[in-house]
Amino acid sequence: MKYLDEYRDSTAARILLDSIRRRVSRPWKVMEVCGGQTHGLLRYGIEEELQGTVELIHGPGCPVCVTPLESIDFAQQLSMMHTVSGHDVVLTSFGDMLRVPGSRGSMLEAKARGAQVRTVYSPLDAVDLAKKNPKQKIVFFAVGFETTAPATALAVKQAANDGVDNFSLLVAHVRVQPAMEALLESPHNRVQAFLAAGHVCAVMGCASYESLVQKYQVPIVVTGFEPLDLLEGILMCVEQLEKGEARVEIAYARSVRSEGNLSAQRIVDEVYEVCDRPWRGFGVVAKGGLQLRGEWHKFDAQRRYMSCHTLPVIEPRECRSADVLAGRIKPLECEAFGRECTPDAPLGAPMVSSEGACAAYFRYRTPEAGR
Amino acid sequence: MCLGIPGRVIRFTEEEMPFAKAEVEFDGVRRVVHMACVPEAIVGDYVIVHAGIAITRIDPIEAQRVFDELAALGDDEGWKHDTP
Amino acid sequence: MMGDPHKNAVFSLNCPSTAHANNDRVLLAHGEGGRMMRKFIRDTIIQRLAGDRLAGERLLSMDDAARLPKIEGPIAMTTDSFVVSPLFFPGGDIGSLCVFGTVNDLAVSGARPLYLSLSLILEEGLSISVLDRVLSSIVVAAKQTDVQIVAGDTKVVPRGAADGLFINTTGIGQLIEPIMLGPSRLREGDELIVTGPIGRHGIAVLCAREELALEPSPTSDCGSLATAAAALHEKLGASLRAMRDATRGGVAAVLHEWADACRLTLAVDESDVPVSSDVRGACELLGLDPLHIANEGTMLIAVEQGACDEAIAVLRALPETRQAARIGSVVSKQASPVTITRMFGRQQPLDEPQGAPLPRIC
Repeated sequence: MKYLDEYRDSTAARILLDSIRRRVSRPWKVMEVCGGQTHGLLRYGIEEELQGTVELIHGPGCPVCVTPLESIDFAQQLSMMHTVSGHDVVLTSFGDMLRVPGSRGSMLEAKARGAQVRTVYSPLDAVDLAKKNPKQKIVFFAVGFETTAPATALAVKQAANDGVDNFSLLVAHVRVQPAMEALLESPHNRVQAFLAAGHVCAVMGCASYESLVQKYQVPIVVTGFEPLDLLEGILMCVEQLEKGEARVEIAYARSVRSEGNLSAQRIVDEVYEVCDRPWRGFGVVAKGGLQLRGEWHKFDAQRRYMSCHTLPVIEPRECRSADVLAGRIKPLECEAFGRECTPDAPLGAPMVSSEGACAAYFRYRTPEAGR
Repeated sequence: MCLGIPGRVIRFTEEEMPFAKAEVEFDGVRRVVHMACVPEAIVGDYVIVHAGIAITRIDPIEAQRVFDELAALGDDEGWKHDTP
Repeated sequence: MMGDPHKNAVFSLNCPSTAHANNDRVLLAHGEGGRMMRKFIRDTIIQRLAGDRLAGERLLSMDDAARLPKIEGPIAMTTDSFVVSPLFFPGGDIGSLCVFGTVNDLAVSGARPLYLSLSLILEEGLSISVLDRVLSSIVVAAKQTDVQIVAGDTKVVPRGAADGLFINTTGIGQLIEPIMLGPSRLREGDELIVTGPIGRHGIAVLCAREELALEPSPTSDCGSLATAAAALHEKLGASLRAMRDATRGGVAAVLHEWADACRLTLAVDESDVPVSSDVRGACELLGLDPLHIANEGTMLIAVEQGACDEAIAVLRALPETRQAARIGSVVSKQASPVTITRMFGRQQPLDEPQGAPLPRIC
């Protein structure tokens, strides 16, 4: 496939890897912000190839992992509403969201207890589902970073345009930059450079990172997801670190312009406004989320189904996902990893989501290389 | 997040913004994708598709750049030595 | 049952005629014994299956058991239940699947498939035309694989208790030679082959079920492996170590099962694994790994070191396995039971699939 296969070329990857090794004078600590990057780094063995050269700290960029328990619990309650009220609600979301455990099991487990849950590929497919099933109330659980917000915003616009009143959004969108800032502010911070999330920047651009770079003197390189993209991003970080520089650079320029995608930003701005939002593992992140603007409130599932009460939130005690998400520990340092906590019986979201750091370690790391 | 996959724009099925749609090809399959965020894209362009919408148009010149740089790295004696 | 006053009352609200005259939907009455059931089974089901004269005769007798002629030597027996949703998908349907699935289980065990039983569990309200299509497809698949359907059963369950139609088939086959095939026979150096591009069935069903609107719709590989298995058996003899149709969990699941059985490591190279362009596109788009996706007419085989070329030549001579390819080998036991080489020549663990594949965005 064009724009995928050539960026997975082994020979080219080897050249970049050698370049990184040659430029590094001491081990640097680089955080890849996005879980998709974590996945790529482990899947292709790049993380292990770089051992002793560049330590990769895995970032919080797994949106389903940082989705707060309250939201997951609420979504589950909505999906069970048809059993206790006249609201024939069908909860729809992306496949990986449905596997994440809430306080009382995952959405798929709720399904086994009678919840109405459906996987969709796109929020716009959920609007079509609502059109086809006018008697049901379709709620789309809108999780994801700025990358996903244009799709859910467009879904709301489409629903409004077509008069689809039985569609609504349960919004749990999060914004990356405030979380990066929170990490840099933390006294535990070890991050010396960031690989910024390529697809978030494709939408949002990277001009707003300038202030972070100035304030914290930390290089930020916008990076893609294929092996060559990841290696190029790391190489650009290393070059800045070795020269003592701190700039915003784009290693993924085929998809990212520094101003971002203005059409996408316009659609997002029209529908959403910035809000404070609790992140799982972080607590409330100031300006860390998006919520529907006033004129779109009729599509807000939270408002529409206010009567739906949730039970108290229960966070599993043994799970150290908060530390993993904040880059404080590696998944292997968690006592429960691979023992009480596996993808089959996950304690925390990072073990279940395909982008979660724990799941990536479980899937791609050779057992003895770990513990 | 953000599984975004490059696909080639085959034909527009709906031209009018903001609900413009196009058939986009991903290797052996095609899917109708929303084009609201890539008004500049035309048939034949590659776009990155995430959750059913195109979020950016791929710039073919920038896409080539890393390979030019790799060629330069390969030409440099120092690197050539180590490359397989 | 026909005398049940409550049922009749409810029914008459919808339809002025009797249940007997209503012949476009399956009714509970069709499964509750008596004249209606007998007529339904004879006229709707056995008539459709009677394309095969011999099988038809046996079924038409409607005895309690099929009386079969003597089979020389040891026999193999297997059973499988089919609950696929949707019932029809590009490349097949529950009817072809329930024949090929059981035939393939016999074939990969080294047996020549001979007889099948057919148990239908029908949901009340199922359209008779749907049942007809499924039965026709069963007949075609049985003819193609030269098996006879010799026994059957039909039950009807209330609406909601089944998803349209469930089928169980049990198969009996004659073991071709007393060669014990199986993963416990795997040795270091053995070579691993898949008989065609992988992941086609799972992707076809996923796309159809979740209405993913991919065009052209990916097509299932649903088909018989009996000819391929028999040819391998005949040409390779004892060099053939193991065969397995890579159904649920895909090739990765079989690799893990085999590694577990032989206590060695199975190593594959990602670039050698054949994947069709539609499955590739769909998997990239949905964030899935073709190695984790189900097949219904593609198997993994292991052959003795050095026998790989011959095995591939045998397979490529057959239309259904013309894209067979070597994907790896059996190596000494390592930390990971199954490894995959993707980049840098690095053998990394290949994980076992977890749960059903779901489209993801991250």
